Amino acid sequence: MSLAEAVLAGSRLALARLLTHIESDTTEGRAALVELFAHTGRAHLVGVTGAPGTGKSSLVNHLALHFRTQSTAGVPRRVGIIAVDPSSPFTGGAILGDRVRMRDLSGDSGVFIRSMASRGSLGGLANATSGMVQAMDAAGFELILIETVGAGQAEVDIARLAHTTLVVEAPGLGDEIQAIKAGILEIADILVVNKADRPGVENTERALRSMLQLAHPSQRRVWHPGQAHPLLDEAAVTVEGEIWLTPILRSVATEGTGITELGMEIDRHRNHLLASGEWQLRERLRLEAELDALLQTTLVSRWRQTISPNEYRQVLNNLVERRISPWKAVEYLLNGGQT
Amino acid sequence: MVEKKIRVLIAKPGLDGHDRGAKVVARALRDAGMEVIYTGLRQTPEMIAEAALQEDVDAVGLSILSGAHMALVPRILELLRGNQQEHVKVFIGGIIPNEDVPQMLKMGVTGVYGPGTITDQIIADIRRAVSSAAVQ
Repeated sequence: MSLAEAVLAGSRLALARLLTHIESDTTEGRAALVELFAHTGRAHLVGVTGAPGTGKSSLVNHLALHFRTQSTAGVPRRVGIIAVDPSSPFTGGAILGDRVRMRDLSGDSGVFIRSMASRGSLGGLANATSGMVQAMDAAGFELILIETVGAGQAEVDIARLAHTTLVVEAPGLGDEIQAIKAGILEIADILVVNKADRPGVENTERALRSMLQLAHPSQRRVWHPGQAHPLLDEAAVTVEGEIWLTPILRSVATEGTGITELGMEIDRHRNHLLASGEWQLRERLRLEAELDALLQTTLVSRWRQTISPNEYRQVLNNLVERRISPWKAVEYLLNGGQT
Repeated sequence: MVEKKIRVLIAKPGLDGHDRGAKVVARALRDAGMEVIYTGLRQTPEMIAEAALQEDVDAVGLSILSGAHMALVPRILELLRGNQQEHVKVFIGGIIPNEDVPQMLKMGVTGVYGPGTITDQIIADIRRAVSSAAVQ
């Protein structure tokens, strides 16, 4: 049985191994992803991002519990979790500590948690996150929660990967100017004010609400690197509710307060995406971005094989000594050593 | 193909609440370029084995100060084997009486590290144990 077949048959050990192969970008990992791709595209991908210490891991823990519980979420769904923490820029090592907050999920075979290090990627995810999500999707996890590294303002890769993006805020982190800056708040499909038992929660909520009111809802776009796509044909919007208005929800993740409402909102967003056709649009944009990224890395690595390390070093030396400019160096290298 | 990183699970089974030693080791392994999955306090053997499986780690480090190692360690080793994870190297830190160490090693524990151990020793031992497992 191939690794991919074992994953499809439901082997957790095979899934764990495959995730390692994907993360290390091995030939086995690539072959399995090729085999599994036809089985992907079914899971609802939910991103959870926000500043460090806003309570993302605790929130993911309780959301997973919610979707596993029949009484609050209907039919229990199998939940996959991918939690990304930063790698050290110096040693490449990492402490992956998100499981500390997820101990309630232990012993449930309908949950699979995998921690991963960002390994030098700067957008809040790791390069292999998307492949690992595909593996979990193919393995039959119906809801996949993707927790980013503690994000500041510009780590917005998650919006490209997820169908539904939660941006988690906590009281006391910033004023209204922070709230109208471009970046992470823009990508929220659902805003969560966690730690809502702390003082200042009204101020945080007010700042977020006024930020949302400054933008006309019809101007909302699917975010894509450097491009803005009209979400919907504005003239075609006749039925109330076809435009998604980003809700703001309060929660206290450590106590499980507000989780049921948040879970329902996540499902409502999924239904909205499916009903409005945005689900397909997002899938298309995501696969396009993935294809572009793969093309780039493949082209670069192919080109690298054609150039000798010596020649590269020589050009770099010339660059350091200011004998040649970076643009000239690129031109020279790409022309196979001709100017 | 990216260089394979050594992944280590650091866990504290049992009921004692002192995790300073576990954190010191986790930090040292991080600084040695390893990816350390830290699970926190009061883990049951089942939780540890499950985490080791999901995270596909190369090694598991257990910190035990409670004196319950003769009960906890065999159980964890058994669960790892039950999950077809016999290749995972298990090392122990904390308070393990000298007379128990040979028995621990006989059970299949890779190394036992008491107070005063130099972290470089642990790092070197893990690297050696993991690379020998990879060759097999």
